[in-house]
Amino acid sequence: MFEVRIHGRGGQGVVTAAELLSVAAFHTGRYAQAFPSFGSERTGAPVVAFCRIAERPIRLREPVLRPDAIVVQDVTLLRQTDVLAGLADDGQVLVNSGRTVAELGLAGYDGRIFTVPASELARAHVGRPLPNAALLGGLAALCHLVPLAAVVEAIGQRFPGLLGTANVAAAAEAYHLVHAQLKERSHA
Amino acid sequence: MRSQIEGSRAVAETVARCRPQVVCAYPISPQTHIVEALSALVKSGRLAPCEFVNVESEFAAMSVAIGASAAGARAYTATASQGLLYMAEALYNASGLGLPIVMTVANRAIGAPINIWNDHSDAMSQRDCGWIQLYAEDNQAAADLHVLAFRLAEELSTPVMVCMDGFVLTHAVESVELPGATEVDRYLPRFQPRQLLDPDDPVTIGAMVGPEAFTEVRYLAHATQLAALARIATLATEFRATFGRPVAGLVSPYRCTDADTVVIALGSVLGTLKDTVDEMRVDGVPLGVLGLTAFRPFPAAAIAGAIGDAKRIVVLERAFAPGVGGIVTADLAAALPVAGRTVHTVVAGLGGRPVTRASLRDALTAAAAGTLGPLTFLDLDERLLRHTAKEAMA
Amino acid sequence: MTPTRVKFYQTGSFAVGNRLLPADLRAVQSDPTRTNSLTSGHRACQGCGEALAARYVLDAAMRASKGRLVTVNATGCLEVFSTPYPETSWRVPWLHSLFGNAPAVASGVAAALKAQSRTDIRVLGQGGDGGTVDIGFGALSGMFERGDDVLYVCYDNQGYMNTGVQRSGATPPAARTSTTQAVGPEPGNVFGQGKSAPLIAMAHEIPYVATATIADLRDLEYKVERAMALHGARYLHVLVPCPLGWGSTAGQTVAIARLATQSGIFPVFEAEDGVLTASTPIRRHVPVEEYLRLQARFRHLFEPERRADVIDRIQAAADHNIERFHLLSGEG
Repeated sequence: MFEVRIHGRGGQGVVTAAELLSVAAFHTGRYAQAFPSFGSERTGAPVVAFCRIAERPIRLREPVLRPDAIVVQDVTLLRQTDVLAGLADDGQVLVNSGRTVAELGLAGYDGRIFTVPASELARAHVGRPLPNAALLGGLAALCHLVPLAAVVEAIGQRFPGLLGTANVAAAAEAYHLVHAQLKERSHA
Repeated sequence: MRSQIEGSRAVAETVARCRPQVVCAYPISPQTHIVEALSALVKSGRLAPCEFVNVESEFAAMSVAIGASAAGARAYTATASQGLLYMAEALYNASGLGLPIVMTVANRAIGAPINIWNDHSDAMSQRDCGWIQLYAEDNQAAADLHVLAFRLAEELSTPVMVCMDGFVLTHAVESVELPGATEVDRYLPRFQPRQLLDPDDPVTIGAMVGPEAFTEVRYLAHATQLAALARIATLATEFRATFGRPVAGLVSPYRCTDADTVVIALGSVLGTLKDTVDEMRVDGVPLGVLGLTAFRPFPAAAIAGAIGDAKRIVVLERAFAPGVGGIVTADLAAALPVAGRTVHTVVAGLGGRPVTRASLRDALTAAAAGTLGPLTFLDLDERLLRHTAKEAMA
Repeated sequence: MTPTRVKFYQTGSFAVGNRLLPADLRAVQSDPTRTNSLTSGHRACQGCGEALAARYVLDAAMRASKGRLVTVNATGCLEVFSTPYPETSWRVPWLHSLFGNAPAVASGVAAALKAQSRTDIRVLGQGGDGGTVDIGFGALSGMFERGDDVLYVCYDNQGYMNTGVQRSGATPPAARTSTTQAVGPEPGNVFGQGKSAPLIAMAHEIPYVATATIADLRDLEYKVERAMALHGARYLHVLVPCPLGWGSTAGQTVAIARLATQSGIFPVFEAEDGVLTASTPIRRHVPVEEYLRLQARFRHLFEPERRADVIDRIQAAADHNIERFHLLSGEG
């Protein structure tokens, strides 16, 4: 089972991101379960959502406590909450930021933290800084579990028309950026 | 066809396929997504003919359903928590009048303190209101049980609550095979009301009944619940034949046959419980799980059959009765010969506190070792209690 | 020869006998084939104003709907005296659910009929003032604002008579009830409290709001017919004196209702879409004292001494009604 935790702020599409990831996994024939951290959070408040992906039906209902991947949709959360809590030993982290991991002061973690300027990609492609679709593209590069094509399908299904096309473009660009970082690090 | 779908939406789509003619709605978390989806289905014409009534309270929601059902319409609503309590008077009325209303309860705690998260305090508080209560283990069950609920309600002329854990199920997106429209039509015949408000054959419904017949009315209500025990089992079998997949009827036993200790629970915690039991079985602890789908009527015989000779029973309760302890435990003790068995109550997951494998493992390890007390509050925060006590002293 | 004035009315009313009218203008009650929707044998008290009103309302509604009527009843006297199991006085489809939900239940019936395309069937909800203006008020307002196709009739006897004459939001000032006792310096119900359900109904801008009393039963029938000719949420508020709760003799029920209108203390009017369209003028104006004196619930205003201060306040309220609803502007 592969478990993902997504941190963001109310209004950033955190819950939608978890749902889309589960839909993408579903399209690849896997079982997936997405759920929010069930609060009454208002716009701007820290929000957490979870996604589990497995080859077998998922019965477990506890929150994701040892995530294999963490997505941080809002970089300001790094200073406010322990977003990396419980990260699995070989778990990976994707942060929405135009800065490098070193610039963010996250140089440790054996190079398991990556950044991608998802808000800027969204602004460029979609016209609004909604980073969730781009981050899903980046996550697809990191995890291999869900191919970019499945993410694209899930996004297109959820946002038909131009909005979907734009989000797909943002996701694809993020995928390639993260892919490039991965290559770079494997060569380093 | 399977869909990756939110639990609430799966329920709404399923309810729509059951062709309710009147749906009434009053918003309360975490039930709202269900009626929101149904409102769109009605407004768009996908669910027709159907009247969607936005009411001014849960009390009105149940009252509108009562009127609609008495006028021969298949009626549906959904609620949770305070909303269920606010309609309490009307709940008793609906069952007393024998109106086959189906209602989703997105289980949530009851305040004060106000708490929007999941436990079973709401539905358990209405255990004696004469409604049948079915609890869903996952969103597949939540969807399927609604189809069964309409059939059961209309056959017995009695209302049915389908309880699904708020947020944990209502807001979870997972794979669900939605009941096919054709199969639903085959399984669920047209509603034929026992009594109908009809100018061609005027009847008086809801007359005053004095001491001379009231006991008999209540006796018949009990008889209806007992009749439901047999019907639920049969309808579950028939469901499998129609839809090609099982639906839990009265109970769902898991690895019980050779178990020394059986854990009894209701709702979505069963999944985590089964994973925990599988892990502990690897370590050689002979555990089993018994899920109760039906809580009202209480499936005493099915429970007795499923737990067999297990020496120890742990009842995992998502609600509790202050001053008494476990609610399900009390029913169990009244219904079963408990001589020679040890029964433990573990109160867990109140007000949305996560029930984790780790905590369950601790409790079940203690149970198997014979060191678990009769009543345990899982993950009780002693530090917080001491702090509260200190505040009270100051 | 000196001509003699012929009185066409009895007991002080101006009602002309039906036999002098053409058949199509005669009262529903005069029709031997009327439905008898609330038939004899029920357990209402002698002189019950509510039973009288309900019979007229339902028979008129049955005629207006050509017999296609479903009724919903709130808990209260009407429900209790009409359905002692295993008997019933209702010859119409009749549903009783709870005290505070009759408007919502009626909405549910209307929704069901609409969904089933049984729109030839009309829905009538009914309840006392407690069930209507107090415990059922939220449901009533909800039914109004949604415009549900229901005629709701409130039989107002100004208190919780079914439970032993307690004060309701429709109990008038100074009236003695079992929870506003005639003791202390300001005996009876408090001034400045209570509400006018018809005016609040008008604020919802529903198609039709009207008041009526059992003193003018032909007017009551007319208002039911008028309401039934319209669709949407409609409200009829009928004053029904209660011999038990008001402390009057059974034979005076109708007379007391008439004094309520003649004094101006109970204005009789109609409104459409929130606008006052007609009010029934007072034909013989009387001081409120004539109305009050017949009722033991106001006895403390006259014994052991006359409370002119309190009577004046009640008179002021009646005068205010007369001005507000133009009750003396027509023939007087």
